[in-house]
Amino acid sequence: MHGLINRAIQCFYRDTYGQGAWAELVRRLDLEFSEFEPMLEYETDVTLRVLDDMAGALEKDRAVVLEDIGTYLVSHPNVEALRRLLRFSGVTFLEFLHSLDDLPDRARLAVEDLELPVLELREHGPNRFTLYCTWDQPGFGHVLVGVLRTMADDYGALVFLDHTGTDHGVETVDITLFEASFAEGRHFDLAADRERAS
Amino acid sequence: MTENLNHMLDQLCPMHLVLDRTGHITHVGPTLAKLRPDTVLLERRFLEVFELRRPRAIVGMTELVAQAGTKLHLRFRDPPTTDLKGILVLPGDAEGGAVVNLSFGISVVDAVRDYALTSADFAATDLTIEMLYLVEAKSAAMEASRKLNLRLQGAKIAAEEQAFTDTLTGLKNRRAMDHVLARAVEARARFALMHLDLDFFKAVNDTMGHAAGDHVLQQVARVMVEETRSDDTVARVGGDEFMLLLTGKLTRQVLERISARLIERLEEPIPFGAQTCNISASIGVVLSTAYDDIPDVARLQEDADIALYASKHKGRACFTFYDPALRAAAFEAGALGSQDTAHR
Repeated sequence: MHGLINRAIQCFYRDTYGQGAWAELVRRLDLEFSEFEPMLEYETDVTLRVLDDMAGALEKDRAVVLEDIGTYLVSHPNVEALRRLLRFSGVTFLEFLHSLDDLPDRARLAVEDLELPVLELREHGPNRFTLYCTWDQPGFGHVLVGVLRTMADDYGALVFLDHTGTDHGVETVDITLFEASFAEGRHFDLAADRERAS
Repeated sequence: MTENLNHMLDQLCPMHLVLDRTGHITHVGPTLAKLRPDTVLLERRFLEVFELRRPRAIVGMTELVAQAGTKLHLRFRDPPTTDLKGILVLPGDAEGGAVVNLSFGISVVDAVRDYALTSADFAATDLTIEMLYLVEAKSAAMEASRKLNLRLQGAKIAAEEQAFTDTLTGLKNRRAMDHVLARAVEARARFALMHLDLDFFKAVNDTMGHAAGDHVLQQVARVMVEETRSDDTVARVGGDEFMLLLTGKLTRQVLERISARLIERLEEPIPFGAQTCNISASIGVVLSTAYDDIPDVARLQEDADIALYASKHKGRACFTFYDPALRAAAFEAGALGSQDTAHR
């Protein structure tokens, strides 16, 4: 599993529950390192052990932890860069949804060896969508639910999201867009330094 | 040009201008208009608003029209004088005007900031937004790589500080020698400590360069390893200073033979390219059995140093066993202190 993904999981835990909580996890799992390096590759097994240990320590389902990670990724100030990169995908939440198919390619443009799940959005009506997420590791759909819910807030859209399960390695997320501009949303400036200044 | 056509151009290339046959601006694309919110561009001469930087010396519409199809480099005459790239095309209708399309080129990142542009200011097919995405994505990735490099660099320095090996010669370093010597003292082992300093090495370094110097040090290291046993410890403890810790049943006679042989072999000319390097060595020797009670590491090294100084004093290229009488002489000459600073 790519270091960036592992690092994201680590930062989520550290920024939400404290450096001490992360250090304890490292001790419990007897990891050979104290931090994930974002530019290195790790055995997938390590990632799964870290996630399971987190879920155990927090007394939450793994799915809930994954969704929390998704929310963290696009809302915490420490990882603001990612939220900005996602906002480049579309001017409205609808455009953003339609750009999800390109997400793995966008990720690869930024970091060549970063593999993300294959995403496919199907439209059932003007406001009804299903997002199919295919990956060798199940669970990314839950991360997406967290990301989408928070990005909807970011755009000021009102949505209903439902992870409807996994079938043959394909996770399904139902999306209902009630209102595209329900609230003001967060400001997005194309120029990074202007946004920081405002 | 018809209204309809202007409307189409506004969408396809929102940074375009339409000129009439006299070179006056008759229509401004919406994004270009946004760059000059307080200025009326309409009805003004194109070359009055923009400075054509390449090709140069274009003063009138006739010359401008002649540049149709070629890449233009221009900028606003009034500040901010954003650099622009452009191309002029001729619709070829009866009116005889021209259309100029402009773009920011590589200055796009600054322009987006300076003019507070949004996605809506670029044509849907324009790759500017993707480019801005890439700029930010690459900066973030570079930053991650840079931090990793810094951490690795830090780890490397820490590892080197903890290392026991001299990277140039592959011998042990001073840290290692201190360590081994301390263990030998602790174990009350029978050993000899040799302090060896190269003679004429500075001349090699000064006249033939550092590459020659490094080569000599490597050859010297090889000789010392060959002339000692695998249980012995050979360390480079300074620029051209070495320490050898020899173990086993060592008598003065054996040590004399080893020392003489070492000097003899180190005096063999060392070829370097077309040249030859000639050096020698001075040695100071202490024998653990010469003491009633083995002193500590610092004292042993000092005694070896005193013996070495005596060899240097005798005219180099020789060896001397430590004797308490030498100590007084060395202190009297003030040599011990100065030698310490010269070698460490």
